[in-house]
Amino acid sequence: MKVKGKVIKYGGDVNTDVIIPARYLNTADEKELALHCMEDLDRDFQKKLRGGDIIAAGKNFGCGSSREHAPIAIKASGVACVIAVDFARIFYRNAINIGLPILECPKAANECDEGDEIEIDFESGAIHNVTKGKLYKSMPFPGFIRDIVKKGGLMKIAKEFDGGAGK
Amino acid sequence: MSMTMTQEIIAEHCGGGEVKAGEIVLADVDVILANDITAPVSIRELERHGINKVHDADKIALVMDHFVPCKDIKAAQQCLEVRRFAREHKIKNFFDAGDMGIEHALLPEKGIVGSGDLVVGADSHTCTYGAMGAFSTGMGSTDIAFAMATGKTWLKVPSAIRFVLKNKPAEWIGGKDIILYIIGKIGVDGAGYKSMEFCGDGVSHLSMDDRFTIANMAIEAGAKNGIFETDEKTAEYESGIRARTVERKIGAGALYEAEYEIDLSALRTVVSKPHSPENVCFTDELDETAVDQVVIGSCTNGRLSDLEIAAKVFEGRRVHENCRAIIIPATQKIYLDALKSGAIETFINAGCVVSTPTCGPCLGGHMGILAKGERAVSTTNRNFVGRMGHPESEVYLAGPAVAAASAIEGKIVPPEKVMGGYEK
Ligand code: SF4
Repeated sequence: MKVKGKVIKYGGDVNTDVIIPARYLNTADEKELALHCMEDLDRDFQKKLRGGDIIAAGKNFGCGSSREHAPIAIKASGVACVIAVDFARIFYRNAINIGLPILECPKAANECDEGDEIEIDFESGAIHNVTKGKLYKSMPFPGFIRDIVKKGGLMKIAKEFDGGAGK
Repeated sequence: MSMTMTQEIIAEHCGGGEVKAGEIVLADVDVILANDITAPVSIRELERHGINKVHDADKIALVMDHFVPCKDIKAAQQCLEVRRFAREHKIKNFFDAGDMGIEHALLPEKGIVGSGDLVVGADSHTCTYGAMGAFSTGMGSTDIAFAMATGKTWLKVPSAIRFVLKNKPAEWIGGKDIILYIIGKIGVDGAGYKSMEFCGDGVSHLSMDDRFTIANMAIEAGAKNGIFETDEKTAEYESGIRARTVERKIGAGALYEAEYEIDLSALRTVVSKPHSPENVCFTDELDETAVDQVVIGSCTNGRLSDLEIAAKVFEGRRVHENCRAIIIPATQKIYLDALKSGAIETFINAGCVVSTPTCGPCLGGHMGILAKGERAVSTTNRNFVGRMGHPESEVYLAGPAVAAASAIEGKIVPPEKVMGGYEK
C-alpha cells in the first residue's frame, strides 16, 4: 500500500494529553474525539488537515497516558501515517493494535518541513520526501508485529486462541 | 542466571526457562485492569469481534474512578456500559462509586495484586504495583481486550536500569522527591522501553507508600515498569490480604544496561516545573512563585501516610487567603483511616476541601479544574499542558509536604519554611 500526503510537523515528547485532552474522554466516539485532536498543542490542526496527511514528530511520540483514544483520534482525523524519531511504548502498541500506520525513521522525521509532500510505501518501508527529493528507509517491524499488522489488528489473533476467545 | 527481576517474573509466566531482552513472548496474565475511561473501548473491541466470553472473570478488575461519581451524562453512559459488562460476565472485582478508590491504590489494598504477579492494565500507571515486587505495566484498551479474551499478553522482554538507593533520607523527603529527582536526572524517556529496578540499603528506610509513589512514576521516565526488591515491609503489607509473599531479589549475575547510585541522605525536597515531569528543581531554588490551588491526592500521593504528612503541616494553620487546597483520599479505607487519625478534621479546620475518592482534577476531569493563567501545586504525576484544566494553566508537581506548606504560604516553599529549620 502506498500513501501520499503533506507533512504536519511537531517536536519531541508529544504526549497523549495534548493529542486528546482528558476533558473529552467522557466519550469513546471516534468522530467526536477527532474534533479535539491536538487541540492543546496546535489550535490550527483542524485547519491544516487535507485528508491523508502525514504527521512528522521528534522522539518519544505519544508519551504519557495509555489512552487508546489518542491514536483513535489521529486516525479518525484522516491522518495517513505518523513518522517519528521514535514512539513511546504504549502508543506504539496502541497504534499497531488499532491499525494506525506508524513508522520510525529519525532522518525522515527530522529533515522534513511543514507542508512537504511525502510518499510512503508500506510494503518496503520506503519514505520519499517528494518536495526535498530525498529517499529514506524506515525501521522494519519485528516479525510478530508484522503479523498483527498483516492480520488487521490484535483482536483478529485473539480469535485464534483455543478455549479462550470462544464464540 | 543473568535475568533481571522483571525478566524472572516474565519467564515464570511463559513456561519457565530463560527469557532475553528484546525477545517477544506470549505470557500468562494474573490480573487485568481497566477503568471507566479505558474499559468501554475494550468492551467495544470484544463486541466488534464477536467475542462474548472472557477467559477468566476472576482475573479482571474494573474500577470506576476517573470521572466517578459521574461528572456528566456522557461519563455516566460509559460507567453504565462497564457496569452491564461486569454483571453479564460475573466480574466480582468491579468497583463502583461507594466502594471504589483510585485503581492503583485500591488493587494493592484489596490484595488483588501483589508480589510475583504479572499485571496488565489499560492505564499507564499500572506500573505502581512494582512497589510490591510485581511485574505490572500499562497498555491500551485493545491490548486489555486481548488479555480479557485469552488470559495472555504479548510482551517485548525489556532490558533494565538498576537504581541503588543508599542511606536514610531526611525528615521531609518522601518517595515523590526521590522519583522526581531521578526523572530530572534521566529525563522523560531516560528509561524508555526498559525496567527500572530499585534496590540498596536505602529501600529499607522507605515505607510501602513511598515505594508505591516511586514505582507509580516509572512511566514518567518512559519505563515499561518499575520494580522493588521485596523485604519484611512487603511481607508485612501483604500479610492478611494475600496468601503469600513471593520473595524477589536481584540475582548476583543479573545484567543491567546502566546503574545509578542515589544517596537519599543528600536529597532536598524537589518540585517539577511546567510542563514536563523532567523539569525538576529543588524547592528552595524557587522564588516567590504564587499558587492558586493545591491538590493532595491521586494514585501517586493519595495514601494514608501522604495525608498524615500533609496533616502534620496543616495542623493549627490555615490555607492562605489567595489559595485553595483540595484533599482527595485515594480509597474509602484511606478516607476512613484518615478520619480516625484526625487528619480529615485537621484539613477541614485548616480550610481545605476534602473530597470522596476520585481521580478528579489529576487529569483535568472534575473537582478542581484550573482557569486560564492559574497555577497549582499538585501531588499528582503529570504537569503536561492542559493536564489540570485550561491549556494556559500551570501545574507544579511535588510531594505532600511541599504541597501543604505551599498552600499555607500561598507560594511554593519547602516544608521547613513552615515547620522550622529553614535556612537559605
Ligand atoms: S489519579 Fe491521575 S494518574 Fe492516577 S489513575 Fe487517576 S488520572 Fe491516572
